[in-house]
Amino acid sequence: MSLKLSRLSVRAPDGATLFAGLDLTVVAGEVATVTGPSGAGKSTLLDAIGGHLSPGFHVTGRVFLDGRDVTDLPAEARGIGVMFQQAVLFPHLSVADNLAFGLSPAIRGRLARRMAVAEALAQAGLDGMGARDPATLSGGQRARAALMRTLLADPKAVLLDEPFSALDPGRRHDIREFVLATIRRSRIPALLVTHDRQDADAAGGPVVALT
Amino acid sequence: MARPLYAVISLRGISGAAIAIAVILPVMIGVVHSALAGFGHMALLGARGPDLDAWRTLLGQPGLWRAVAVSLWTGVAATMISMGLAFGAVAALQDRVSWLRRVLAPLLAAPHAALAIGLAFVIAPSGWIARGLAVGLGWDRPPELATVGDPWGLALILGLVLKEVPFLIVILLGASTQIAMREQMAAGRALGYGRAAVWLWVLVPQLWPLIRLPVMAVLAFSMSVVDTALILGPSNPPTLSVMVARLFADPDLRAMLPASSGALLQLGLTAMAMGLLWAGASVAGIFARAAMRRGVRLRGLDAWLAVPALLLAGLLFLVVLSLAVLALWSVTFTWRWPDPWPQRLSMAAWQGRAGWLSAAQTAFFIALASSGIALILAIGWLEGGDRAGRHGLRGWMRAAVALPLLLPQLSVLIGLSGLLLRLEMAPMIAVVWGHVLFVFPYVMIALAGPWAALDPRMQRTAAALGAGPWRRLLRVKLPVLLAPLMLAAALGFAVSIAQYLPTMFLGGGRVATLTTEAVALSSGSDRRVAAVHATLQAGLPWLVYLAALILPAVIHRNRRALKGEAS
Repeated sequence: MSLKLSRLSVRAPDGATLFAGLDLTVVAGEVATVTGPSGAGKSTLLDAIGGHLSPGFHVTGRVFLDGRDVTDLPAEARGIGVMFQQAVLFPHLSVADNLAFGLSPAIRGRLARRMAVAEALAQAGLDGMGARDPATLSGGQRARAALMRTLLADPKAVLLDEPFSALDPGRRHDIREFVLATIRRSRIPALLVTHDRQDADAAGGPVVALT
Repeated sequence: MARPLYAVISLRGISGAAIAIAVILPVMIGVVHSALAGFGHMALLGARGPDLDAWRTLLGQPGLWRAVAVSLWTGVAATMISMGLAFGAVAALQDRVSWLRRVLAPLLAAPHAALAIGLAFVIAPSGWIARGLAVGLGWDRPPELATVGDPWGLALILGLVLKEVPFLIVILLGASTQIAMREQMAAGRALGYGRAAVWLWVLVPQLWPLIRLPVMAVLAFSMSVVDTALILGPSNPPTLSVMVARLFADPDLRAMLPASSGALLQLGLTAMAMGLLWAGASVAGIFARAAMRRGVRLRGLDAWLAVPALLLAGLLFLVVLSLAVLALWSVTFTWRWPDPWPQRLSMAAWQGRAGWLSAAQTAFFIALASSGIALILAIGWLEGGDRAGRHGLRGWMRAAVALPLLLPQLSVLIGLSGLLLRLEMAPMIAVVWGHVLFVFPYVMIALAGPWAALDPRMQRTAAALGAGPWRRLLRVKLPVLLAPLMLAAALGFAVSIAQYLPTMFLGGGRVATLTTEAVALSSGSDRRVAAVHATLQAGLPWLVYLAALILPAVIHRNRRALKGEAS
């Protein structure tokens, strides 16, 4: 599996061109890092790859996923998972239902689906927390639950939008190791946006600096 | 773009077209029809204008100019008093905002007509207050003083103020979250200004543009209301709105023409009053700025903030008294003057079920149908906007939802019912539709804020997990917005229950709701039956509000992040 950006750039509604003609290939199990100052368009880049750009933004260039051109597909048809800074868990669903929301419909049968969710919870060290209100989880627990939800959807690539920067420094290291290790184990390409030097070092993949 | 075409065109286009055709255009066409008929052109009656006969008939009505003056006076006075009291009360009680909100919320659900009937039972010469005085002063008969229906319209003004002050306070509290009120108050006081001065020089000028639209809606309503004016207003001559409504109700269809002229006159009068209020506010702003530039600290004024607070307390007491006396009269058997309490209580008025039960059922059905339709239209538009990347209430819709609130109902409905004469629509369908015209703006405005405030990353997350637009709507957005959805529906329900003119004018007298029955009975001799209808009219929306608060709280009882969205 691979994520390939070919001469990708985005024109904002005000006419400004962000990251003119970006080329990047991320192979399976690799975590590439995007850094750059605020306003350089890091989040816009992720939006362009994931299909979340607001109307008015214009994309040129192509996004390939496993060689398939996904540039013109809506977000839900691309198979690209996203993790945000504040893990966005759906507030009306329990933790387990949040994971089940992501779980690929290819897994059929109540029992099989429940098992898959329970297994993912266990992997994330969240055993027995399935029935909990997501609002009662700690920041680190929320981040792990959000990652598992993303992976249960069977994505072909994952985008990480500063997922560690809201965590307190003590937990940060552990969560980062968990997230990076889990992604590597899943053998999917990932793109990490971060301000933090240590994040980029830990990711170990190619680094793109936007200016 | 990557967006599939169907997602842009279908929902936003379809819902926008539905709203335009079903809600906005009819309102405009109603006014246009009034204008044509007012100048003598109504093909159905064989009248081919333009001519001024209709205007001559209208101007020939005895007491017309006094009716115009009374309408202008009561509408403007009620609006100014309500606005002044609302500002004063919020300034005096700004540290108790959550308390204020909680006290006012249940009062907002009470319809104008029920409150007016209750108020009449309290302040009438034979009412509760006079009875209380009679015991002390030894009156042996009710005083011969026109405390209800007085020629100056004071009772009408009081009845309107009773209802509009809580409404404007809630609007003000909402607007005050859009400006940095606490910080500006602290900054102003640190410079030596009193609280009242900070309000006058700093906060009111910022809040006025935010509440101008609701204030204008209050003005349009107060000047053109018919039900409250029938119950509390002067009778001979009555307000312009009542006079025009009577012309309209004339069995002779040709009276439609002068009634249409009256609808136009009402429209012009309302527009003039809005202009006056706007200009008045601008002039007041100029004087206020001049005073501010002199650096007047006005610290002495703070003590006077107790006045609006006390007046508000008095008003709320009167509201509670009015609603209580309705309930009491509905279970009264005999209640002789000047006893402060009935001799005998009985459920007789409730047991004569035939009347109120069918009126309650009809009102309930119309309210359910109209608020349901309004909710679906609003959801369609807002969701369509999200899909097209144009969030919230903007563009032409923003102006369009204001239209039914700013135009006098009378001016719209006389024209519409003239059109309906030709369409031969079933009365029930016409009435539900008529309610939707005035329910929809409230539902849309109530829903647009919470809808726009939804975290957009939630939708992106759901999309990234493979959920398409419909699954995102049904499984994520609507459940997360359950509390505001229920509150918007309950507001729509309450607005529908309170409607009088759409039921009367579009139902052709064949649809009887709690409101039309309560208003009709209020002038009758049997207070008990009127009280039963008015009690139900006030109670039904209140119960629905309660359900709208409780249901999401129960469903989301274990979801901390969704708590407190109800307020």
